[in-house]
Amino acid sequence: MTAYTPTHVGSVTKYVMVESFDITPADLALRGYEISKGVMIKETCFGLVISGKEGEVDRIVAELRKIDPDHIFVKDRGFPPGDARRCRANLGGARPGYNGLEFEMSIIPYVSHGLEALKNIDEKTVPPMEDPLEHPLLDIYKLKKMIDAQES
Amino acid sequence: MVKVFIYPATSLILSDMVARFGHTPLSSATAIRERIQTAGLESPPLQITPEEPKKGLKWAAVEVPAGVRGRMSLYGPMIEACEAAIIINDADLAFGCMGCARTNELIKFLVHQKTIPRLELNYPKNEDEGVKFVAAIKRFLTELGVAK
Repeated sequence: MTAYTPTHVGSVTKYVMVESFDITPADLALRGYEISKGVMIKETCFGLVISGKEGEVDRIVAELRKIDPDHIFVKDRGFPPGDARRCRANLGGARPGYNGLEFEMSIIPYVSHGLEALKNIDEKTVPPMEDPLEHPLLDIYKLKKMIDAQES
Repeated sequence: MVKVFIYPATSLILSDMVARFGHTPLSSATAIRERIQTAGLESPPLQITPEEPKKGLKWAAVEVPAGVRGRMSLYGPMIEACEAAIIINDADLAFGCMGCARTNELIKFLVHQKTIPRLELNYPKNEDEGVKFVAAIKRFLTELGVAK
């Protein structure tokens, strides 16, 4: 085994995902470059990857969120941008973890709608979701999924 | 600010919601970052060394597969540190190339064993459920802030 010397020690990396009709990743990247000081910003098809000192990354993320708060989502990332162990430029195919993001990006429009709706209504007046620990006999969405799986 | 464990630990939606409403999400990215930024023996891609399954013995017995114990060395400390938890129960993405069903069961079991505020949800399937989903999370996180 060889010794491992880490790079980018003390840095923080965050994904900024955008799912909006008004804002594109390019718009976000431009704004990010305008206000950034000494951080690495990488533009991607889904948004940005920002890496640098924690305080500076948080400041930029907070500024970027203001552009379209209900349609911009942020998440931590373990690896710095372009890391050879994760970057698909080196590995080929989809990046590990992309399937999870792809799945959640299909749900994010509902979450964005929820965030917009809650600006006008009090969350305490919204009825709770169904308890997931109570299993109904057969959920209609599961039935459709099973039928689709059978046909393909 | 409360440390909130999220399941799936890689969830973009939960990580964003917890941070958006003023708390700290405990996600797998932060645990992986710790290992990536610590010097030691080279063990790509995630810097999970043979030491990790040994650390995992704290949460899983020795006859449990090393994969479960190695994963528990990431998630176990987060479960111990968390002061609240949000669990999405129909998260199929947590199983497959990125996850392990037995580890997921153990994570949920350990979270259920802790006497901490816990929110159990399913992913929304339409816009109405989207409103209920966000409202439930906002209500839960706001109450956590008040309790603190």
